Formats: sequence, C-alpha cells, structure tokens
Amino acid sequence: MVTLAKTGNEVMAEAMRQIDPDVVAAYPITPATEVVMIFAQFVADGLVGTEYIPVESEHSAMSACVGAATTGARVMTGTSSQGLALMYEILPIASALRLPIIMCEVNRALSGPINIHCDHSDTMGCRDFGWLQIFSENAQEAYDNVIQAVRIAEDPRVMLPTMVTTDGFIISHCMEKVEVLEDKVAKDYVGEKKSPYSVLDVDKPVTIGALDLTDYYFEHKMPVIQAMKDARQVILEAGKDFGKRFGRPYGFFEKYKLDDAEFAIVALGSTCGTARVAIDELREKGIKAGMLKLRLFRPFPAEEIAEALSQVPNIAVLDRSDSFNAQGGPVFTEVRSAMYNRNAKIINYVYGLGGRDINVAQIKEVFCQLGRADKMPMVNYLGVRE
Amino acid sequence: MAGLKDLSKRKDPLTGGHRACSGCGFPQIVRMVCMASTDPVVVVSATGCLEVTTTIFPYSAWTTPFVHNAFENAAATLSGIEAAYNAFTRKGKVSKKINFVAFGGDGGTYDIGFQSLSGAMERGHNLLYVCYDNNAYMNTGVQRSGATPRGANTTTEPAGKVKQGKSRFRKDLTEIMVAHRLPYVAQATVGYWADLIRKAEKAFATPGPKFMNVLQPCRLGWAYPPAETFAMGRLAADTCFWPLYEVENGKYKITLKPREKKPAVDFFKAQERFRHLFKPNNAGLLEELQKEIDQRWEELLAKEAKA
Repeated sequence: MVTLAKTGNEVMAEAMRQIDPDVVAAYPITPATEVVMIFAQFVADGLVGTEYIPVESEHSAMSACVGAATTGARVMTGTSSQGLALMYEILPIASALRLPIIMCEVNRALSGPINIHCDHSDTMGCRDFGWLQIFSENAQEAYDNVIQAVRIAEDPRVMLPTMVTTDGFIISHCMEKVEVLEDKVAKDYVGEKKSPYSVLDVDKPVTIGALDLTDYYFEHKMPVIQAMKDARQVILEAGKDFGKRFGRPYGFFEKYKLDDAEFAIVALGSTCGTARVAIDELREKGIKAGMLKLRLFRPFPAEEIAEALSQVPNIAVLDRSDSFNAQGGPVFTEVRSAMYNRNAKIINYVYGLGGRDINVAQIKEVFCQLGRADKMPMVNYLGVRE
Repeated sequence: MAGLKDLSKRKDPLTGGHRACSGCGFPQIVRMVCMASTDPVVVVSATGCLEVTTTIFPYSAWTTPFVHNAFENAAATLSGIEAAYNAFTRKGKVSKKINFVAFGGDGGTYDIGFQSLSGAMERGHNLLYVCYDNNAYMNTGVQRSGATPRGANTTTEPAGKVKQGKSRFRKDLTEIMVAHRLPYVAQATVGYWADLIRKAEKAFATPGPKFMNVLQPCRLGWAYPPAETFAMGRLAADTCFWPLYEVENGKYKITLKPREKKPAVDFFKAQERFRHLFKPNNAGLLEELQKEIDQRWEELLAKEAKA
C-alpha cells in the first residue's frame, strides 16, 4: 500500500489501470474527462493491455461496451451527466443481458439549465435500470469502490453492470491523501473474469439480444430482479474481504455516531464529510446528532436501513436531486418507504442542486429544525434563495 | 470468386423457418454476404426486420454468433466486439481468424444509426457494415427514411391530394462512406447475386473498415408480387436507379454498365409505391426523377473515368 496525493478522477483512473480491463470505450465530458484522458495516456504508454475505443458519443461508448462484454471481455467506461443521459437507452440492455460492465460515473447536474457542477440527478435518473449504484464520500472510497465493483459485478450471483459514483469537482477534482494498493495485490483481489459464453466462440454460436415478446419478457426480467437481491450478500462479502485484506471494511452504509442519536441525517456522497464536522460540533454541545451514510443506492438495502435507524426518533433525509414528483427526492421516498410502520418522524431536505454549496452551518440548522420536526414541512429546500 | 459448388458447401448463416415475408430480399443478402467469408463470422444486427424475423425467443435462425443491441448502434456494438477480439488475440486467448459483419436497414443506417456508423468507420475497426437498403422503415410499416426515393409513397410522407409522396431526393450514403476514405465501399443488389458475392469476398479480403450498401427490394413496402424480388433488384440496376459499383482505396469501378439503360419508369411502374406518379399531372415529376437518375449516373461515370 502506498499513500499518494490524488484527485478522485486520478484514483479512479489508477484503479482502472490496475484492473487492466480488456476494453474501455469512453467519451470525454466534464467533470469526468480526466478519467478518460489519464487512462488514454496509460494506453499510449503501454501500461495496460486494454483495447481503448475513443468513440464519437456516450451512446456509442455504452453500445461498444455492451458489444465487447458479449465476448466475455472485462469492460469499463466513465462518464457524467448528459453523457450518462445519452447512455440511458442502452443501460437497461446491459443489465438485461447480464453484462457486468463497470462505470466510473462523476455526479453532475443534468441540463437544463446547463451546469457542470455536482448534484445527483444524472445517477438518480437511471436508478431503475438494473445497474448497481455505489456512492463515494471521498477519493479513497472512490478508489476502493471501483476495485470492489469489479468483483461484485462479475460474481456469478450478480452479473450486473455497476456504476461507482463520485461527486463532480468536490471529489473528482480535489486532491486528497489516498492509500493505493500495490498492483499485484489489487489484481489478486479483483481476480480473473469468468464468462458463461462468448460470441467469439464460433463453435458454440449464441444469439444475444433476441426479440422477447409477451410470453417471455417477464420471465427474463425476474433473474435481474433476483440478482439485484442476491447482490446484497455479494457486496457484504466483498466489503468484508476488502477490510480483512486492507483494513478498510465496507458495508451497505456507515453509521456515524448513530447508535444513541436522537437526531439523524441520511445522506449520500461528499456531503457526509461536511456532516461529520457538524455532528462533532453538535455532540460537543451535548446534542445527540448522528448520521447514516448510504454507500449503496442500488440495490437499496431497505431492511438494514430501517434497522439501523430503528432507535432514532427524528430523521432528515438529504437529497442532492429532486424527483419532480411533488414529494421530495429519491433517497427520501425510498428511506421513508423502508421506515413504513416505524415510529419515526422523517422529513426531507433537497439541497445542493447544480453544485450549490452545502456547509457545516446549514447541516447544523437541519439538526436544529429536527428538534421541531413535527412542525416542519415534509419536504424542505436547503440553501436556495426565496 | 467462389463457384456455386463451393458456396453450396459453406455454412448457411440462417436456418430455414425464419419469419421474413415471402419474397423478402434480406435473407438472400445475409446468406450471400456471410457465405462469401471463408472464415467464421460474428454478426451484429440493428433493430429492424432482420432482427425481429430471425430471433423471436425462444427461436433463433442464426447458426453464427449473433448480437442485437438496439436500433441505432449496430456499428458501435460491433466495434466493441472487434476491439475485444483484438485484446484477446493480443493476450493469446483467441487464435481463430474471425470476420465481423454488421447488418442494418436503411433506417438504422442512413438515419438513426448514421453517427454510430460514421464513428466506427472513422476509427478504422476491421469490420464490414452492410446496409440492407429497402428504402423505408419497413419493419414498422413503411415510414419514410433518408433512403426513400423522391416521389415514393410512404406512411409518414404519403401521396395525397396535394402532395406527391416524398419531396426530397434520397441521401447518397454510399458516397458519404466514400468520403470517409474507406479502403472498400460498394453498392450492390440482390438479383445480381454474383456481383454481390464477389464484392463481399473483396470486402472480407480487405483489412480495415468496409461498407456495402445493398438494395433490398421489399415486396411489402414497394408493393409488387413476392416472386419479383430478384427481377426488381435487376431493374433497379438496369435503369441506373441503383448503380452497381465499388470504390477501392478511392478508385471507382462501375461493375454493371447496362448495354441499354432502361428508362426509370420501367422501375417505377412495377411498384405500387410510385403509382400516383403516373397520374397525368405528375408527368413533370417523372421527368425530374429521370433527370436526377441520369445526372447521378453521369457523375459516377465521370468519377470512374477519372480513376
């Protein structure tokens, strides 16, 4: 293990170098461009054995990834925002065909209006497409998550595509101290890819992507539904093994000062770092504040979340995107659904759209408002001008 | 060129019992193209007639490996497969020589898949893209495409009391592919089957990105009796509506020069989709169509002469 100063984009590219996928197809987009640029340089310098396809759009990036993955190849890509949205059509094809493609996704607000900064609307927009979605709080987690994602996605119990996300600019462009595994150690953890078939096996021809009408489509969706359920166990195993080998264990989420908390927030991504400071300061004043930091959004570990929050009477769910459903953000609706029949007051804060900063004072204010949660609206908008 | 005897011994990429219309032209195109390869082929198809009639689960008519991804991305999908093949070859995981072929209709090639095609060709993947051009979106019921000829009746640009079918001349995709400076570009049709097979053989023998535009008469959308498909393909070439030619490293060669160029009306009158053109007040339009065909043919002759 070596300690390096690296940005989120740099460590994601570094993880890709160590994984050394057979094929990478990608297209540049702010703020994920560097992942592709750095990897292209690895290819140019002969540091990887990857066949790199500099496609003419993200749609073709995901299309080429799907094609490549049908050969049994290990395939990766990276994108953000509009680029991810351009891939949307092909994402559920990748999951339906059970192709464990790995994507480094840098969260950025969807247009319009056009904006290049962080929110989670791009990733949330494809939350129901059969992809595993793993969020990262910082560059270290981004690196660790990419390494783990390969093993999780390619597990025979899963065989589903997986995206690991960072927050645009906040993680992607900020330099942090990151512990990076040695190449061999990383490769050992990831392992060799095994595929049940290959379209290059011309002696055993297979037809992939057949027309599936009313009499089979439903049955063919069921294994994806099941694999999403089974993925939970695989994610736990991978995170536990990662901890055993490298000292940084991972689960579905992380509890921060939650066990005796009277007031808790639930959040995803980089905001959790800010929230830790707010919680520490509140704790110093004797306020029992805590946090449930979600790492995994797909599959959604509903039961475990409900269990983790079972002793907390007042909960605020922080959403860095809105569902435009007139009842809050996607994390809120899912957490609230998970908490159905539980005795907690749960409210929602939508914040940080288009990269709007969120600071310690604002998060402390959320905790303060949780003290009178009964009187608060169900959905609140944090840090927006009237 | 491989003789009929040789061809009859090669692996047929399609089994019988697929669900294409009687008299459909594309099964012939698929067979002739794939059987022109002496190496095994991996096939990708865009969404369209070919894909829906050959792969209705749990059946598949394909004896070759086959991948369908979506409508507009056959070229990108195949470029991913070809890239993986290169990676595996380099790593010693694959040793067989394989040819890579994508098939797309004119909708999936001229229109919605145009960008994907252009990108794959520009990147120089070692693959052959074959457009089976039947002049409209036939799978969904004869909607107009960039390949629909001027004056043709389609369901989204129909002939009516004040409109005479498609108002614009067709996009010349073959020439657009030539402008990509590919090592091999060809235009062919069913009907002239030896010409088609020879071109496919040449394409497979050429490393790099190759494109073939193959006119596929559609008995449903063009509306003619199913037995006439090959005759219709020949008529398209004999009238120079669809010239047969190839461009090898920029060098043009016309592979069929009709001794007597038939008038375009012979082609138009054989199909219901052009019936309205024969109303008395449309004589001018017929003349314009003939003029356009003549002009494109003259341009082609000039390009060949220059080579």
